Amino acid sequence: MADVHSGRGAPPARPLSPHLQIYKPLINMVMSIVHRITGAALYFGSALLAWWLISAATSPEYFNYVSSWFETWPGKLIMIGYTWALLHHMIGGLRHFLWDTGRGYDLETIDLLSWGSIVVSLAATLVIWFLAATQQGGV
Amino acid sequence: MSMRTPLKTARHLGSAKEGADHFWKQRVTGVANVALGLFLVWLIASLIGADHATVKTKLANPIIAMAMLALVISGTIHMRLGMQTIIEDYVRGEGAKVACVMLNTFFAAAIALACTFAVLKISFGA
Repeated sequence: MADVHSGRGAPPARPLSPHLQIYKPLINMVMSIVHRITGAALYFGSALLAWWLISAATSPEYFNYVSSWFETWPGKLIMIGYTWALLHHMIGGLRHFLWDTGRGYDLETIDLLSWGSIVVSLAATLVIWFLAATQQGGV
Repeated sequence: MSMRTPLKTARHLGSAKEGADHFWKQRVTGVANVALGLFLVWLIASLIGADHATVKTKLANPIIAMAMLALVISGTIHMRLGMQTIIEDYVRGEGAKVACVMLNTFFAAAIALACTFAVLKISFGA
């Protein structure tokens, strides 16, 4: 946004309207920014998917080298975190589709959908990684 | 000193003719990504601890390769649009904003290129 100047020197100090820090965080506010943060995390995390695919297309040695990174504890945490970010962003997206139709705007529904996103995404992440761990004999 | 605002330079030029293009593409790719994202989760979870030969055989399967390519195309379009919105919201200054929006496109294109190349190379029997 272009700054508009009066041409008469420094602008006077005017009172500012209340901003984010003045409000008690509501769950839908938190979900809004978490949707954006998980989106950004998925954005940068896509480089990991590209790295993994390239390694599989390169050689068994390079694939094993890349896999060894994903098998470290930080690597596993990133994989689990990425799964949660993907599911949370996905469920948040479904909520936005509902809102796009003009439905689900009453406060009770907003709170239910917001808390539902957290609970379902966390539960699904745990189930997926529990199943993966038990079927493959260790994550 | 002129009292004219920059509005005069925008008058009579009409709209950019893009309308809801950004919004709609984000929705269409978003819908596709629900199915394709679940596919990715299943694929990765099923390949935990798998060796190179197993991973290659699985990725070379035509259905899996096509789903993977669809995910890469839809996903990179979606993430580019999303990051563009973030940049437009937070980056101050026109120069920095234009540079970031351009870098964003380069990043999304690089991811799309790397993933597509890898999947095709595996599929075509490298």
